[in-house]
Amino acid sequence: MTAASIQVSETPLVLYALRRADDALVLGHRLSEWCGHAPMLEEDMALANIALDLLGQARELYSYAAKVEGRDNDEDKLAYLRDVRQYRNLLLVEQQNGDFARTMTRQFFYSAFADPYWRTMTASRDATLAAIAAKSEKESAYHLRHASEWMVRLGDGTEESHARAQTAIEDLWSFTGEMFTVDDSERALIDAGVAIDPETLRGQWLKTVAGVLGEATLARPANDWMQKGGRIGHHSEHLGHLLSELQSMQRSFPGASW
Amino acid sequence: MTTPNTPLWEVFIRSRNGLAHKHCGSLHAADATLALQAARDIYTRRGEGLSIWVVPSSAITASDPADKGMMFEPAESKIYRHPTFYEVPEEVGHM
Repeated sequence: MTAASIQVSETPLVLYALRRADDALVLGHRLSEWCGHAPMLEEDMALANIALDLLGQARELYSYAAKVEGRDNDEDKLAYLRDVRQYRNLLLVEQQNGDFARTMTRQFFYSAFADPYWRTMTASRDATLAAIAAKSEKESAYHLRHASEWMVRLGDGTEESHARAQTAIEDLWSFTGEMFTVDDSERALIDAGVAIDPETLRGQWLKTVAGVLGEATLARPANDWMQKGGRIGHHSEHLGHLLSELQSMQRSFPGASW
Repeated sequence: MTTPNTPLWEVFIRSRNGLAHKHCGSLHAADATLALQAARDIYTRRGEGLSIWVVPSSAITASDPADKGMMFEPAESKIYRHPTFYEVPEEVGHM
């Protein structure tokens, strides 16, 4: 590694955009790991499509964060030259792919939040965030439909697929609470109408999850103890490995382009 | 790979300014809903379509290639069936 990490001045708005950008980049990268390995060609394409949607969202959010910060950073530097402790994504999205049921469960939990989140954010007082939301909500609506259909088929499929989906739900459940957390830096943006309070989306998220899990004959875990830390850079051990792969080119050949 | 759980589906796409759905390929999917999703993901990635039909391949009755003499050759000698043996009056303009 020859390229040093950058420093970012995380004002509330910069941090807000960075957190959502990191969610999209990390989840998109996870999905891209399936490329060439999905259970069937059709799903290989579907996962890559979703990964590219998320990468597109990440690029716009990083560009906006860099613009708001107003320093020398740009979307590439923000993605490739921050250390694991500087990443601000949810713990949920960095969790490993595991089997197909686990990947779909992670996607379902996230998309069931992202879909109403982006739709509500179209009313943001920040014109750029509202524009990004308008584009993203159509993408996330499809991501949710895609993941929901798979959850139903995995849960209500064979004994094997049901067991794998239920295990994935148990394993990932404690990472879902972080989506609804708010800190002081975000509270100010919520009060200003720039951001929305994710707590207001919890009811809808639970309803979506209950509906799909019910149809899928899968059980919602009773445990309500939730993990958190991703938003302030306290990550699981998986993110560092992901970043070492994602960043290796720019770290080894700083500024390389093609 | 064909398995009993993922039958073959034929995909038809109507393009932005096309009037009819056109056959564009096939795919494997467990059921109609997933077939439609897969068709969207595989065949409309570059903005090709505004409408998709998926049809189970097994629902299609096809002519037998071995019958092509009987089926198609008789039509080849009937050039008078092409509307090229009369002149269109000028007043008609573009048809």
